[in-house]
Amino acid sequence: MKKLFSRPESLTAKRNLYCPGCGHGIVHRLIAEVIDELGVRERTIGIAPVGCAVFAYDYWNFDVTEAAHGRPPAVATGIKRILPDRIIFTYQGDGDLAAIGTAETVHAANRGENITVIFINNGVYGMTGGQMAPTTLIAQKTTTTPLGRDPKVAGYPIKISEALGQLEGSVYIERVAVNSPKNTIKAKRAIKKAFQNQIQNKGFSLVEVLSMCPTGWDVSPVEALKWIEEKMIQTFPLGVIKDRTSL
Amino acid sequence: MMKGNDAVGEGAIQAGCQAYFGYPITPQNEITAYMAKKMLEEGRVFIQAESEIAAINMVFGASLTGARAMTSSSSPGISLKQEGISYMVGCELPGVVVNIQRGGPGLGNISGAQGDYFQATRGGGHGDYYLIVLAPASVQEMYDLTREAFDLADKYRNPVIILADGILGQMLEPVRIEKENPMPNFDTKKDWILNGCKEREPRMVRSLLMDEGALEEHNWKLNKKYEEIKRSEVRVETDNLEDAEVALIGYGTSARICREAMETARKKGMRVGLIRPITLWPFPEKVIAKNVDKLKAFLVLEMSLGQMVEDVRLATDGKCPVYFYGRPGGGIPEVDIIVDRIEKILK
Repeated sequence: MKKLFSRPESLTAKRNLYCPGCGHGIVHRLIAEVIDELGVRERTIGIAPVGCAVFAYDYWNFDVTEAAHGRPPAVATGIKRILPDRIIFTYQGDGDLAAIGTAETVHAANRGENITVIFINNGVYGMTGGQMAPTTLIAQKTTTTPLGRDPKVAGYPIKISEALGQLEGSVYIERVAVNSPKNTIKAKRAIKKAFQNQIQNKGFSLVEVLSMCPTGWDVSPVEALKWIEEKMIQTFPLGVIKDRTSL
Repeated sequence: MMKGNDAVGEGAIQAGCQAYFGYPITPQNEITAYMAKKMLEEGRVFIQAESEIAAINMVFGASLTGARAMTSSSSPGISLKQEGISYMVGCELPGVVVNIQRGGPGLGNISGAQGDYFQATRGGGHGDYYLIVLAPASVQEMYDLTREAFDLADKYRNPVIILADGILGQMLEPVRIEKENPMPNFDTKKDWILNGCKEREPRMVRSLLMDEGALEEHNWKLNKKYEEIKRSEVRVETDNLEDAEVALIGYGTSARICREAMETARKKGMRVGLIRPITLWPFPEKVIAKNVDKLKAFLVLEMSLGQMVEDVRLATDGKCPVYFYGRPGGGIPEVDIIVDRIEKILK
């Protein structure tokens, strides 16, 4: 009998502790599948962020380091410059990448570091209990925007991917979502391309993944899928933001 | 003749430092400029980082591959690096951090000062830990101690800090350089490094230990290391203690002033000795404790409001008077005043 579906070698057998309906498990798996398909598991080093996904090091079956909050692009830079033939990627949430670590993100992109960044945008701080993230939507309620995010007080959802696209150093930036099988297939394609770019020494690639956080949003897992479709994508449209890989 | 800051850079090159990450700040800019030139000439890694925070995290990244890595800065920049240093300790990563101290608090000024003693010798960042703190007092030692800092960091898998100041950084003195091993020392056999899991199980580098009791266990493990460092790595220079009635204690630039004061006082017939801590942590408490009965007093000299003096008082355990003379904010203690203090103590 032919085996059609199994756990990728790049995932451990450990059961993940993410909430029901959380997007992290899906994206962890997509990355693991891509790394298997590209045959680079034994030369990959992943960087886990501070946030729920810090536990990624338990779930990936390759070398993984932790980094301080917001600092994964700097840590990735240090590793990649010493080991340019290894595959280095960061996995960062919106608070990590677009609030506390904005400088590290911008300058790693601007230096054109040959790394891959997987950016999980779920519009909320999950680990700490649902505070406003830099990407929280206008009027979205969180524990620190109890009446909804008011741009006069708390600014606007930050479109960091578009901003990074303006930099000479970035090569490939795409925004995807994992709220439906169709979108998830597209997300995997983008993640694969972001890793291939690094293998081919093309430079800084980033994939922003709109991902569900039913707990942080205070909705059911099914409603969370709809929330992405109906609300998040309105503010954060899907698609390729920048692609200079063929130049 | 070499500038102290350049000697730090050359010490790192000769130690096989493979990656340097820095951010401009006075009075240490010569180190970054020296490394920018030399590291590229040698085909090693140099990056001018976007911040002190990024620089220390680049050190973190380079270090976890087993490479020898360094960053340098001055007081306000060292404050920014504390987060990364704490993570490096938690993850047991080696690395060398150079602090060419300036006046503080805040932006302070760019004069040499010694206001960061507490920060350096008490860990400096959050959590329960220590760094090995080396205090050069000459350009030769800027070179020698930087070179040795890499060995100590590797040996204990713990960051080592060079605590100098703007005066030592800018000073010109002759220096002897031994080019024994200019090639980077890159040991991929270390069993904790990340370099891809080829032919081995995957590894992780982390300081987050959430399992019941795991963090306490980790802290006890670190403490064992600190006890070993305290036993094995104390370094101190002493002079004229045999017949001394008063011992001057200073480190770095202050130690140079102490030496001059000792010589002046001796010419006037006063029996004065010198204790110069070279490691500030571990602190040379034994040599102080050993002399409490035969000395009339210790006189501690610092370019601060008095920080190391607390360690001297702890070491004397109240068994001998400890006097202090210091000038903060870039002030330089005068030899005449010190000699005058000694005279008063001896009366």
